[in-house]
Amino acid sequence: MTILIVLLVLGAFFCLYRVLRGPSIPDRVIAVDVMAVIFSSITALMGLRLRLAYLLDLSIALAIISFVATLALAKYLSGRSLDD
Amino acid sequence: MTDTIGWFFIVAGVVFNLLGCLGLVRFPDLYNRMQAATKSVTLGTCGILFGIFLIAGFDSLGIKALVAVLFVIFNLPVASHALSRGSLLFGVKLWRGTIRDEFTADRGADSIIEEQ
Repeated sequence: MTILIVLLVLGAFFCLYRVLRGPSIPDRVIAVDVMAVIFSSITALMGLRLRLAYLLDLSIALAIISFVATLALAKYLSGRSLDD
Repeated sequence: MTDTIGWFFIVAGVVFNLLGCLGLVRFPDLYNRMQAATKSVTLGTCGILFGIFLIAGFDSLGIKALVAVLFVIFNLPVASHALSRGSLLFGVKLWRGTIRDEFTADRGADSIIEEQ
């Protein structure tokens, strides 16, 4: 169980490398999005380990927040306003 | 028995997540990275959450894990599709080994494939 969480944190560090290094803005946006989903799965694994159900609520909230942020930035990149 | 299958799903999901993050580091341009990262991370996270459902069963932990599977499987592909379309319109260059680019050709714009 612990080794699985450590491996996921290693994957989050790979995403952090792309956030710091990424040549363009969408690179950074997609790396932050993937990092949020990785954190959501880490939270879910911690919820299983500690048998705390509310950590799964946190996991769902993380996935939804990253989704909304990525959609807003995609709209901004394609040059349209948010209500278009 | 159900626990064993659940742990199998969780381990497979962690491996998929790790390989997706490795693809985010290694692949040559934005579109390759995006498809490597989002596809395998979607599958991996859904695997982890489904494994949690199999282990926990029908209590509050398991049902919340199923709902989270639903959210992840809809959200991440939609977000990555919108972001890749936005970045094509924004003009992020394709890798220099790209064969053809139908989207830009259909719009009648100049090619955005990177020069050799």
